[in-house]
Amino acid sequence: MQHSGYFNQFGGAFIPEILVPTFNQLEAAYLQAKDDPQFWQDYETLMSTYSCRATPITFAQNLTEHFGGAQIYIKREDLNHTGAHKANNVMGQGLITRRMGKRRVIAETGAGQHGVATATMAAKFGFDCTIYMGAVDVARQRPNVFWMEQMGAEVIAVEDGSATLKDAINEAFRDWVTNMDDTHYVLGTACGPYPFPEMVCWLQSIIGKEARQQMLERVGKLPERVYACVGGGSNAMGIFSGFLDDKEVELVGVEAGGRGRGMGHHAARLAYDDAKIGVAQGYKTYFLQNGDGQMQDTHSVSAGLDYVGVSPILADLHERGAARFEAATDDEVVEAMRLTVRKEGLIPALESSHAFVQAFKEAPSMASTDVILINQSGRADKDIFTVADAIDDPKWKQFIINKAEEYRRADNSIDNTGDDHA
Amino acid sequence: MLTTASTTLETTMPSPAEQLRETLRARREQKELLLMTHIVLGYPNFDDSLCVVESMVKDGVDLMELQIPFSEPMADGPVILRANAQALAAGATTEQCMRFAERVSAEFDIPFLFMTYYNILFATGVEQFVRTMAEVGIQGAIIPDLPPEEGGEYLSAMKTQGLAPVHIFTPSSSPERLRELAQHSDGLVYCVARKGVTGKDTAFSSDLDAYLARCRESTDLPLALGFGVKSKEDMDFLRGRVDIAVVGSETIRVMEQRGVGAVSAFIEGLNAR
Repeated sequence: MQHSGYFNQFGGAFIPEILVPTFNQLEAAYLQAKDDPQFWQDYETLMSTYSCRATPITFAQNLTEHFGGAQIYIKREDLNHTGAHKANNVMGQGLITRRMGKRRVIAETGAGQHGVATATMAAKFGFDCTIYMGAVDVARQRPNVFWMEQMGAEVIAVEDGSATLKDAINEAFRDWVTNMDDTHYVLGTACGPYPFPEMVCWLQSIIGKEARQQMLERVGKLPERVYACVGGGSNAMGIFSGFLDDKEVELVGVEAGGRGRGMGHHAARLAYDDAKIGVAQGYKTYFLQNGDGQMQDTHSVSAGLDYVGVSPILADLHERGAARFEAATDDEVVEAMRLTVRKEGLIPALESSHAFVQAFKEAPSMASTDVILINQSGRADKDIFTVADAIDDPKWKQFIINKAEEYRRADNSIDNTGDDHA
Repeated sequence: MLTTASTTLETTMPSPAEQLRETLRARREQKELLLMTHIVLGYPNFDDSLCVVESMVKDGVDLMELQIPFSEPMADGPVILRANAQALAAGATTEQCMRFAERVSAEFDIPFLFMTYYNILFATGVEQFVRTMAEVGIQGAIIPDLPPEEGGEYLSAMKTQGLAPVHIFTPSSSPERLRELAQHSDGLVYCVARKGVTGKDTAFSSDLDAYLARCRESTDLPLALGFGVKSKEDMDFLRGRVDIAVVGSETIRVMEQRGVGAVSAFIEGLNAR
């Protein structure tokens, strides 16, 4: 490859030898696309006709009045087709896949948003598609699995390891080392070996470009602070990248605090001090690992944030003090989401709600002339089962019970018919 | 381990990499195709790992790869992947693997290599890990997720300790890349027979010949071929084509399906002429 892909000490490309030519090809295609103004134009056209770009910023007047401090604005990535910022990366990589002449795409998925987005892209571009998803996530995100399968993707439940996102990534790599000639691996976040972190950030930078311009046009000034949740880090890097040169804008990344501090209870690699620098899944960053370098289990109420590593670009921003990292606990997240639904009629995904938690903690102590911007990276339709559980809604439970009984009766009557014929 | 040797002896003593080259050369004079096996340390436990090494050495295995388990073994297929996970679940640590290596390299007169992923070295500290490796009598290492571009610290530590870094040749590697990999290798090079991960079937055919010719042109080091080697027929095919056959997943499969005691008959079968 022409570049090493390091952001100070983070990043790199720790790849199996068999993939070296594949990465050379990908880097070349990425650099070529980046140098070609036509590519970005095609990308923006695609996103404005197939997805909902430019996504608006929404002034959250009721929340602003509720907290009585900074003015709260929300960047509406939830309005993308498939309901999250994931579409930006995926459609861009679809264009790059087509340029490379490949016919099949594979992807890992945690919450399922990236899987749905990739399956959607594959359907539109006419690619074959296989999605790897941890078995634990398949169990908790059935609605997304349903849509992936409807779109013609094959969804493979990964039972190995902790059966979550990192294991799905390992399995996707195993597919890739076998099928790289006709297959592109659409990595879903700003992690993995170079050029993925850089390429994904570049495609997601469309969020920050729009947001910066919208703030200037609508509000007449840049926000004092920008909040984004951080799993792998792609939505955070997407919105942050619009403000990296604006020293007066403070960038705040919010990780999954889960049940609080202590290894195994959370997925906060930067905000808590349980993670240390290591090399896994092809790149160097902070990982939640033990002294031997074995990755540890993580926990979060949101499937999209419980990842052991974090974007090497964010790790570098953290190290240089160019961004601040906080963590939000599961309970705080559900509370912030309920409040946002009630006050604004917006439905932030549990992942995105992490950003809301930190913004809500800080807004009251800021001046009413201050402005903050929250990236609502996705919408929570997919989380309806988890949220209903967290809220413990009796009417929802009754609905599920009734539905289950309905299915069971239908099943029994089929079985009975079968018996009659036997 | 080496502390009793006098200064003059130390300077004239062959390095572990030289010993490895010499052992392989001498064995190759006796035997047309050497056999390297691969086990995952601590799977299912260290006692069984020891029994397997003992039986393999007795049955004529020429050298062994000892895999230090890692939670994210990206280049391994299902059999070795699960062995890694179960070894870790049973509590295997890097320290235990080092002690195990120390014991087997003292007890058995064949070369032992480590195979593991880079984070295992990185977590210990690369230099310290490599130094300990030399102390416990390991002669070389295979790190499948560490291309030479990222391996500066590792390669220089290996050189300091006189250990053999073994790199991986693949069918997709260009001739230039093969030469580059060979330059950074010592002891032997590991040629993967095909794309994909460990433990899946490989159709051995003369299609391999052009690839193996490219490998041969790139280095004078012995060629070891692995990925999918599992039967006497595969061994017969490889004889005369490469110097060393590598059997990994299949040994573990035999152990899982028929018990540790069945490994001996399996190895004997592979080596039979």
